[in-house]
Amino acid sequence: MTTMLFSKDEWGQGLLAVGKSIKVFVPVKEGDFTAFQLLAEETVPDWAYQNTRMSPKSIVYPQSEGMFKYSLEEGDPEANIVKEAPKDYTLQAVVGIRPCDAHAFQIVKRNFDNEEFRDPWWVQRYEATTFVGLGCNEPCATCFCTSVGGGPFGKNGLDVILHDVGSRFLAEGLTAKGEDFLAGLTGGQAAGEKELGEAKDLEGWAGEKITAGISTDQLKNKVVTQLFNAPFWEDVAFSCINCGTCTYLCPTCWCFDIQDEVFGKKGDRIRNWDSCMMPLFTLHGSGHNPRDKKTQRVRQRFMHKLKYYVDKYGNGIQCSGCGRCVRFCPVNIDIRQVAELMNNY
Amino acid sequence: MLEYTKKIQEIAGRLLSEGKVEVFIGYAKGTVPMMNHPVVIRDSAKAETLVWDSHCGLNLCNYLTKMKGKIGIVANGCNSRNIVTHILENQITREQLYIVGIPCEGMVDHRAVKRAVGNRELEEVIEEGDTLVVKGRGFREIIKKTDVLQRNCAVCTHRNPVIYDEMLGPPVEEQTGVDQFKDVRMIEEMTPEKKWGFFTRTIAKCIRCYACRNACPLCYCPTCFVDESRPQWVGKSNDPTDTMTFHILRAYHCAGRCTDCGACERVCPVGIPVRQFTKKLNKDALEFFSWEAGLAIDQRPALDTYKPNDYNEFIR
Repeated sequence: MTTMLFSKDEWGQGLLAVGKSIKVFVPVKEGDFTAFQLLAEETVPDWAYQNTRMSPKSIVYPQSEGMFKYSLEEGDPEANIVKEAPKDYTLQAVVGIRPCDAHAFQIVKRNFDNEEFRDPWWVQRYEATTFVGLGCNEPCATCFCTSVGGGPFGKNGLDVILHDVGSRFLAEGLTAKGEDFLAGLTGGQAAGEKELGEAKDLEGWAGEKITAGISTDQLKNKVVTQLFNAPFWEDVAFSCINCGTCTYLCPTCWCFDIQDEVFGKKGDRIRNWDSCMMPLFTLHGSGHNPRDKKTQRVRQRFMHKLKYYVDKYGNGIQCSGCGRCVRFCPVNIDIRQVAELMNNY
Repeated sequence: MLEYTKKIQEIAGRLLSEGKVEVFIGYAKGTVPMMNHPVVIRDSAKAETLVWDSHCGLNLCNYLTKMKGKIGIVANGCNSRNIVTHILENQITREQLYIVGIPCEGMVDHRAVKRAVGNRELEEVIEEGDTLVVKGRGFREIIKKTDVLQRNCAVCTHRNPVIYDEMLGPPVEEQTGVDQFKDVRMIEEMTPEKKWGFFTRTIAKCIRCYACRNACPLCYCPTCFVDESRPQWVGKSNDPTDTMTFHILRAYHCAGRCTDCGACERVCPVGIPVRQFTKKLNKDALEFFSWEAGLAIDQRPALDTYKPNDYNEFIR
């Protein structure tokens, strides 16, 4: 696999050139926080960022996406035919994605792309995407990627990984897609032993900076109904205001809701991110809601991530340790504490 | 303000062990700097987890809606005004409550603190009197609390609780001469096009998580209009028109009821200054009806009463 060294200027120029043929997303400072934006001539990427406020999941899986279009117009020869809404599968690259967020796409992939089901839109957009990761020299105080199978320089789900070695990036191709991406860049030179050594040191230091963790080793041995009926849920849920912050910021929350929006005789069928925190989440057509209480909804979020997913896929928890829900929950409900309760129950 | 922690623990422990309340609602220290965690305590032995500091900027009245039994709760000025509003709107009764009043010197804006240290990663924020000691990897800075107050607290004129069973200390001096509505007047002076542009930009980052709505004690409808599906008043996607409809209607539903506690703005995960919507209505309530919400338990709110001899001509 190729390992190349780029000065940051060179890297920026290279991306701009690549950006003429594919869509390139880079982290950009927007006021108090950073967000992925489509790279343009005037864009100033923020390579020193910690992590974006919103996860990059929307690049593959938009918050709202038109699925189908239809017409009920009399006389329209195509009336009553549900037609697929136009979609954009242009090749794209997410450059600077953090390893936790790339790992998250692999967690979500088990749901959207498996032997039983293939979500056509998620899969096509995922396949059109190259994931160029930026290892974390300075992980956040709330990061716990190392206890969920990742790390500040974890490679899972990445096509290229970058090490920020001062004024330069050391780029390592990890997959054929990644190699192609690097081959398309201008500039760069072969990395020497010195830079490879620096990169290795960075990985070591970053790993040591991660002090937070989550306990998950006993979750698979728990009896699901016992956890479900555990006495701690009322207290866990008390402070929850049932907003969508945790689920919308989460890179691994995948639930969606389908809505028809009709104007006159024309309609759009749209899928929107949904959130298990919200009262509409499992509201039945009959008016009955099996989760009409806040406690039931909070329990669903944690049981899904920390038990149902574990049991269904046998591949760890549905969490990549990015810590967004921990940092931004308005009432400080901390998944690490809830995991502790469940793991020890 | 820090000395209140000990007193709250003592009072909560006493109320619970004497059976005067069944539960006590307060704050515990959070796991992240500047994020406290609302808790309900049922056992007097757990009273020692309660804290009070400058990061108690949510509105605990939010948890009182339709609660049963006897409840102890801490309340500073704005929270107490929401309790009054809750009682007037029949969401809780006065008899159910034991209110521990806290004279308040304002809450700290967690975003302002982060901004003050260049948005570097925080590991600890320690409150020492009127200052905050902010620590992170390789830095330690001291910030004056008054420089980083929540914007609503900086212009607050009701810092002392208006209703309580016990006060934790002598009343603090109320701020006078603050210009509460400077920002609103700036918006009022804009042309309609500019106003529209201002509010469109304000909500551009909204992700429709409804944290602002849900952090607000006024929003207790069993089903919010945005969640209705028959009929459906507003679309569920992140279309800007639907998002604007949500924000404007949310604000109007708070007209004459909002105490400017700032919880909505505090909780927004993308930092939208949502108070810009509610503040205009607070100003109107004050200017048209001499009304500030939640100040008196024996007065009906401006928008649910009518007097044939009202001094406003436009009503008579």
